[in-house]
Amino acid sequence: MTVKDIQSALKATVSSGSEYLDTEITSAFASDMMSEVLAFSRGQSVLITGLCNPQVIRTAEMLDISCIVLIRGKEANEEMIRMAEARNVVILQTRYIMFSACGILYNLGLDGGII
Amino acid sequence: MDVQSSTPGVVLKYVVSPNDFTRAGEASSNVKNILKQMGISPDVIRKVSIAMYEGEINMVIHANGGDITVTITPEKIEMVLRDDGPGIPDVEKAMQAGYSTAPEQVRSLGFGAGMGLPNMKNYTDEMKIDTVLGVGTTVTMSVYIS
Ligand SMILES: Nc1ncnc2c1ncn2[C@@H]1O[C@H](COP(=O)(O)OP(=O)(O)O)[C@@H](O)[C@H]1O
Ligand SMILES: [Mg+2]
Repeated sequence: MTVKDIQSALKATVSSGSEYLDTEITSAFASDMMSEVLAFSRGQSVLITGLCNPQVIRTAEMLDISCIVLIRGKEANEEMIRMAEARNVVILQTRYIMFSACGILYNLGLDGGII
Repeated sequence: MDVQSSTPGVVLKYVVSPNDFTRAGEASSNVKNILKQMGISPDVIRKVSIAMYEGEINMVIHANGGDITVTITPEKIEMVLRDDGPGIPDVEKAMQAGYSTAPEQVRSLGFGAGMGLPNMKNYTDEMKIDTVLGVGTTVTMSVYIS
């Protein structure tokens, strides 16, 4: 699936990286704790999170994550958008809660993994 | 940043500013870009990025900032993270997954889960912590290239 498929499934708005919606996505990671993402992610290309600060973009950068999905109606601030644009990272914003966002994407065939 | 290129390797130096959570990670980000330009393998870059980023965050949230020196040689990438913070009273305890003295405010920023030092250990080939209470902490980590 592509970032665009994720966007439409989650009825999400795009706040950064609108030119990268065709990027192929195969797996995702979901957490509000960035240390957890740093510890356990294994090449997933999407990060689903309710955390909304610049360190989310940094974490994505360190792990080569190409798309961040902000859940529960969180909105990226200017600093986050500036950082994400500079790093070619897509930010999607959805009103779904974490559980629903993950469930919808899992149903569509997105994988996560086991540690 | 200050780049010194000489045999036996490339030396990068950074200052990590205190209490500036927004900028935390800038040094790690810069190192990652330089390693990429040098054609270092993605696996090595990933390990260095994660370990250095966690260490940089620790310098900001626990130690009022400090300085970082990264030395890149054909054999390995060495990171020395030095601070004048409070020091670590019990290193063995601090190394345990889940142990954290971070205040709730740090947790709400996505860190402070007590996984930083264990992550740093897991993603590096060598790690050493020199710490003196009231004086500061120096964390030295290496990732082998081959
Ligand atoms: N540079 C440092 N200076 C002083 N204390 C530190 C430093 N790095 C880590 N610590 C101590 O070790 C603990 C564990 O660190 P870490 O595993 O990174 O977890 P966290 O940062 O989430 O608390 C910290 O809570 C803190 O008490
Ligand atoms: Mg830490």
